[in-house]
Amino acid sequence: MAGAFWCVVEDDRRGRPKRVTAELIGEARRRAGELGAGVEALWLTDRAEEEGLGQLAGWGADRIWLVEGPALAPYRGEVWVPVLAELAQKEAPRAIWGAVTSRHRELMARLAARLGVGLAADCVGFALEDGQLVAARPVYAGKLLSRVRWRGQPWLATLRPNVFKPADEGPAREPRVERPAVSVPPGAATLVERREETQTGLPELTEADIVVSGGRGLKGPENFVILEELAKVIGAAVGASRAAVDAGWRPHRFQIGQTGRTISPKLYIGCGISGAIQHLAGMRTSKVIVAVNKDPEAPIFKVADYGIVGDLFEVVPLMTEEFKRVLHGE
Amino acid sequence: MKVLVLVKQVPDTATQVKVGSDPRAIATTGITWIVSPYDEFAVEEALRIREKRGTGEVVAVSGGPERVKEALRSCLAMGADRAVHVLDPALEGADTLTTARVLAAVIQQEAPQLVLTGRQAIDDDTGAVGAQVAELLGWPCLSWIMEEAIAEDGATVRAGRQVEGALELFDLPLPCVLTAQKGLNEPRYPTLKGIMGAKKKEIKELGPGDLGVNVDGPQLELVRLEALPPRPPGRIIPGEPKEAVRELVRVLREEAKAI
Repeated sequence: MAGAFWCVVEDDRRGRPKRVTAELIGEARRRAGELGAGVEALWLTDRAEEEGLGQLAGWGADRIWLVEGPALAPYRGEVWVPVLAELAQKEAPRAIWGAVTSRHRELMARLAARLGVGLAADCVGFALEDGQLVAARPVYAGKLLSRVRWRGQPWLATLRPNVFKPADEGPAREPRVERPAVSVPPGAATLVERREETQTGLPELTEADIVVSGGRGLKGPENFVILEELAKVIGAAVGASRAAVDAGWRPHRFQIGQTGRTISPKLYIGCGISGAIQHLAGMRTSKVIVAVNKDPEAPIFKVADYGIVGDLFEVVPLMTEEFKRVLHGE
Repeated sequence: MKVLVLVKQVPDTATQVKVGSDPRAIATTGITWIVSPYDEFAVEEALRIREKRGTGEVVAVSGGPERVKEALRSCLAMGADRAVHVLDPALEGADTLTTARVLAAVIQQEAPQLVLTGRQAIDDDTGAVGAQVAELLGWPCLSWIMEEAIAEDGATVRAGRQVEGALELFDLPLPCVLTAQKGLNEPRYPTLKGIMGAKKKEIKELGPGDLGVNVDGPQLELVRLEALPPRPPGRIIPGEPKEAVRELVRVLREEAKAI
């Protein structure tokens, strides 16, 4: 449908859409509803499961554009962008939205350049102002909020995970799937190796509902095990402050803050983290913030909803025990 | 091998940023300006490529008002051979596509074999310029790289990008664009000799007219900047650790419904 909101599907590489796609469709439905527009999903993949297509329809995708082929995995910009651009030029969607994930971030930037339109990256809110869609996005590492609008269409944006309310799992609908005839160009880049990260058994930092994070107060890399024990009990990911990462206690991919990952979990628990301005930038949009720190003057208490002033080596194991008791009856 | 590094001058991470009298810009008084940290990784990587190959040129490129020369001087002090400054105050508030068009025009003039930049600038945080430059030039691009090695014949580069849960290693033909993630390297500090030497190095100045790019028409318009709404005041849960923890778990479940 011309003028539809398109949501680019982020999947698990095994044929199923990820939860962030439900968030995209949920927000697109709300905004498209105000404008009387439809919502469609756009899925580029080497593998789409029937169940996955059903999920997209259940979340509210009126139509699914499916381009399936082995050349589409792993993601390469020079392969995906011409496909998306060709479809967009033919179908004239009003908006194209992606998620803030490693591949969508780059994809949407390249697509914007290809189409010659604006990109609002890392959006945390949308509103209609004078009949125009205005996006809100944190800038200066979350110190300010920037409101932006597009001069032309389509409106390209990436949406921060865990911020928008996901579409409800509707009754299973027969998905309306279009398999457009588009040419998939050969890629210039060749994948030589995929090195999986060591499986911790804990969720991925940017996708987790709960994040437990440690800083200098942990005194050494060996003490992160205290946080991991709590994380296992409550199903959390484990992050770290820049101080802990720069000290070599944790790899860079665990860093939360201005020069690390930006997260918005439902619950953030900071342990032995003072709360430097550049760390707060990476977690201040968390829904509930808990801080455990010996120093009552630590800046993290200024953004925390709940705080305990105390020694994390005493407090955190007590939290693990208490959560075990109330959540698992142990 | 000629390597171009795209850098941006940004407020220091420790700076309190405030909305200016024009709500579409920040108040710039009292700001300490630095080279965006991710761009420093890109500069460092370019210097290491030159050192490893024993030959080559590293050119730092930036756009914006006069003070951007300080950022370029920092790159020269680290060891870059020369710099290009697109002197145009309008570039400061430009959208990423405008910036990418200007930079792509410089790249076409300079014709390097490789372009490096940071994965994002830490002011606007869009993280699009590297990929957009690649798209405008029709080059491949790899974002958020954690490692990089150019083949001996200088025709390809093997680079690893960080994705969720893995590192993906690719072979890319040159020329291409790579954007640096933290962990790629540890940027060096300029030596005193480097700082002194930087004063003698060339900063070539270009006007937007020299590039044939129109910087007036942003595709993404800034409506206004706002301070973030303050978080509601929190509370410290008092008591002995054991009681405090028990109360914390209770409020997290019953009041905040966070778990």
